[in-house]
Amino acid sequence: MLDETPRDALPPSVGVGYKSTHFQGLLNAPGPVSWLEVHAENYMGDGGRPLARLRALAERFPISVHGIGLSIGGERPLDRAHLARLKHLCDWLNPASFSEHLAWSTHDSGFLNDLLPLPYTQATLGRVASHIDQVQDTLGRRMLLENPSTYLAFAQSDMTEVAFLGELAHRTGCGLLLDVNNVFVSATNQQTDPRGYLDAFPLDHVGELHLGGHDAQTDDHGAPLLIDSHGAPVANPVWALYEHTIARAGPRPTLIEWDTDVPALPALQAEAARAAAILAPVPA
Amino acid sequence: MTGQSAFGTALLDPNAAVPPGLTDPHGRPAGRRFDVYRNNVTVSLIAALQAGFPVIHKLVGDEFFHAMAGVFIRAHPPADPRLALYGTGFPGFLASFPPLAHLPYLADVARLELGLRQSYHAADVTPLALHDLPPHAILALCPRLSPATLTVQSRHPVWSIWQRNTDPQAAKPGTGAETVLITRPLFDPAPHLLPQGGIALLRRLKGRTPLAEAVDAAQVADPALDIPALLTLLLTSGALTLDAPGVIP
Repeated sequence: MLDETPRDALPPSVGVGYKSTHFQGLLNAPGPVSWLEVHAENYMGDGGRPLARLRALAERFPISVHGIGLSIGGERPLDRAHLARLKHLCDWLNPASFSEHLAWSTHDSGFLNDLLPLPYTQATLGRVASHIDQVQDTLGRRMLLENPSTYLAFAQSDMTEVAFLGELAHRTGCGLLLDVNNVFVSATNQQTDPRGYLDAFPLDHVGELHLGGHDAQTDDHGAPLLIDSHGAPVANPVWALYEHTIARAGPRPTLIEWDTDVPALPALQAEAARAAAILAPVPA
Repeated sequence: MTGQSAFGTALLDPNAAVPPGLTDPHGRPAGRRFDVYRNNVTVSLIAALQAGFPVIHKLVGDEFFHAMAGVFIRAHPPADPRLALYGTGFPGFLASFPPLAHLPYLADVARLELGLRQSYHAADVTPLALHDLPPHAILALCPRLSPATLTVQSRHPVWSIWQRNTDPQAAKPGTGAETVLITRPLFDPAPHLLPQGGIALLRRLKGRTPLAEAVDAAQVADPALDIPALLTLLLTSGALTLDAPGVIP
């Protein structure tokens, strides 16, 4: 178990998910954006423009490295080659934060490129905890683990997601990345109360918050089924949950995620400004 | 227990039943909820292929590409999470996909597109700079190919087909064989038509052989080789470096 004190934390202000179309705009006039998050897997080539731009951005902004492919919840052992690539990236970039997901994505046939769900049981808990230990030991740093968006439930689950995440943080010393949109999406899909989830969440462990957009569908019985799309503005109920969380937790590093149908930078900055106003209200 | 192996297998098979033990909030079978994951996997992987092979997408059309990519991604999911490198098996798949037997050049066009992508992500080196070196000094250098320099040999006019489908002003392709030299002067890979026989020279450029010696050997192998055109291309396109392998500038 690692020391719980992060070596380099993100600032308690607003960042955005970096998209290459925003490179020059962010350097010229970042506006309310004070840090950036990048997907680790996009920076595992040997060279070229992606790495050159990341080096340039890292001179200007604190960087959060967010992995999407480690499959920490996988039944299979962690992919040591992939873990070594993550270590290489974290070693040369020295990011302010590294985070991954409570999910799995590896299969006998290959990498499935989605954040797949897990049953919340003691068996899963033990496996995920040992994977987190392995990641933190290899990288030599504390990681943050993100709560997923879920679309279905496992009959075998016998713990709540909040209890599961809290126990993981306790056992491994990892921090938590609280995605407020995922809380709303999952609570809607599981027909539970998102505010109850947030009120039970171990906020002391939260090193970062995510805000993003979702799409709406319905299931076979006509019940709402929200899809975590990262392709739309943050929805109003999610803003309300975010305000509720910040009121309890105080200012925390907050990311606006917009990964598909990426808007022009001003639209992203407007979302960032809205989050910044909640983080640091202007005194009356 | 609902193992991940069974979960993943059902994700990749659109006709498979939803594995047992997956439910909605009322304990009923997950149904369409499982399809969200199924959809995420197939749509994202097909999109990754489409982003990596835009000319193939254009040549076969959107509907055909989606159906064909669906077959490919189920048979060959990515080996690891680096989607920027996904699709190394796609050219071979195209070559043996029966509905495409009448378009034998497609596989080589895909190899060209794959090469451009691999070049884009290749290691950085300092390109060979000639400054004001006199010709005899240039010919005494022992350059090697930059990591971002790649070749694609084809029995088809692969360079002309690629040009025609990325630049509407480009000439209509002929029928002859073409070899493509991909170079990346700074960050943007560019495909060039390699003069006939040029590959024999490139094979000798491994950092140990003086350029003059490599030229002589290549000319013996192919007396018709257009040496001035080939050297001009190699020395102006950023194809070469004097950096040792593995040295990061």
